[in-house]
Amino acid sequence: MNWSWDYVSEITPSLLQGLLVTVQITLISSVVAMAVGLFFAIAKMSANRWISRIAVMVTEAIRRTPLLVQLYFLFYVLPDIGIVLSPLVAGIVGLGLHYATYVSEVYRAGLINVPKGQWEAARACNLTGRQTWTQIILPQAIPPMIPPLGNYVIAMFKETPILSAITVLDIMGEALAQANFSYRYLEPITLVATGFLFVSLCSAAVIRLLENQLNLRAA
Amino acid sequence: MENFEASVGYGWYILTGAWATVQLTVFSCAVALVIAMVTGVAMTRNSHLLRLVARFYVEFFRGTSVFVQLFAAYFVLPLIGITLSPIQAGVLALGLNGGAYGSEVVRAAINAVGRDQREATIALNLTGWQALWWVILPQAVVLMLPSFGNLAIEIMKGTAVASLITVSELTFQAQTVRSQTGDTAIPFLLIMVTYLAMASLMMSFVRWLEKRFGRGITSEST
Repeated sequence: MNWSWDYVSEITPSLLQGLLVTVQITLISSVVAMAVGLFFAIAKMSANRWISRIAVMVTEAIRRTPLLVQLYFLFYVLPDIGIVLSPLVAGIVGLGLHYATYVSEVYRAGLINVPKGQWEAARACNLTGRQTWTQIILPQAIPPMIPPLGNYVIAMFKETPILSAITVLDIMGEALAQANFSYRYLEPITLVATGFLFVSLCSAAVIRLLENQLNLRAA
Repeated sequence: MENFEASVGYGWYILTGAWATVQLTVFSCAVALVIAMVTGVAMTRNSHLLRLVARFYVEFFRGTSVFVQLFAAYFVLPLIGITLSPIQAGVLALGLNGGAYGSEVVRAAINAVGRDQREATIALNLTGWQALWWVILPQAVVLMLPSFGNLAIEIMKGTAVASLITVSELTFQAQTVRSQTGDTAIPFLLIMVTYLAMASLMMSFVRWLEKRFGRGITSEST
């Protein structure tokens, strides 16, 4: 094993380029996951038994199959029925949809954990539906949701390298392209691992800080 | 889809990959379970050194993506003289990664066992290990089960990634069929259903375990 700093400095620019793509994918997919997750959560809590049952079935099916297979499905099967997605779009849709099922559980748990008495009190105070939601329920439901949502964003960040399997040039895609070109695996993979470790540790620290902040306000 | 006979033929070929998926899942879960127990318990001990080592392990393996770890196990380890078969590399990466997540579950469950239980073991003059083994862990295991079930499914989903380091499991077989026949829908739908069935089976198993180990504990907890 011989570590070459020359090679490291040679590949660093393209890896940084890949890191940028990884961060972009994470951010856009997070927005997709949170929006679609809201939709799933509303469907799961629907008063209509059929809607809620179908929503549970769909989300469980997505949750229990591998992301990689879902990505292949979006990337290879959809073109057969005329929907051609670029690798990047397929990756964002796949990642966003996969995590939307996790996020929907966070929303659901957050809402269920607001005590029933709060709803009854809002009704007793003669608040309108809109007032009940914006003044009473959401302010209590949202803060506890933030740490788990943050953790899922970190989890998504760590899943983005899978997108390199459908030829997205994220940090892992760039690293593998370099490795295939020079047949040196040690430096690219070590650099990618270090990059991930660095970003995850930093973001985990930020979330812990956020959590403490929220606990302080609640106390 | 045009040729039904051919579909049945390669359908069978794809399902032969299920065996590798099951192997990977079972071995990785076993490795993860052992590591999770050891590091999880280590994190609840008083020794600073033990806690530090365990914490370092957990943060390292949770912080670097499992995907990167898999490639490191397969492509980088040979460079320092450790050559693993694709399945071994897969089990190593998935097991170490799952173990890191699992140890947090173990730690939280041990800490969640009531303080009175701990005080009772001191009053009874049990040694630290006796208390852990006979009093704390039996109660903590019940609390761990639901999270372990989810973790096992995450590991099962992770095995799909092992296709990229040439383990011929379900996803790899489906990709082979895709590249050779150009047929996409049937291979991928087939493996999705298989994964779904496996995950649901695992879920029912964990539910059964929860009932089995929960006996006598759930009734008195209020």
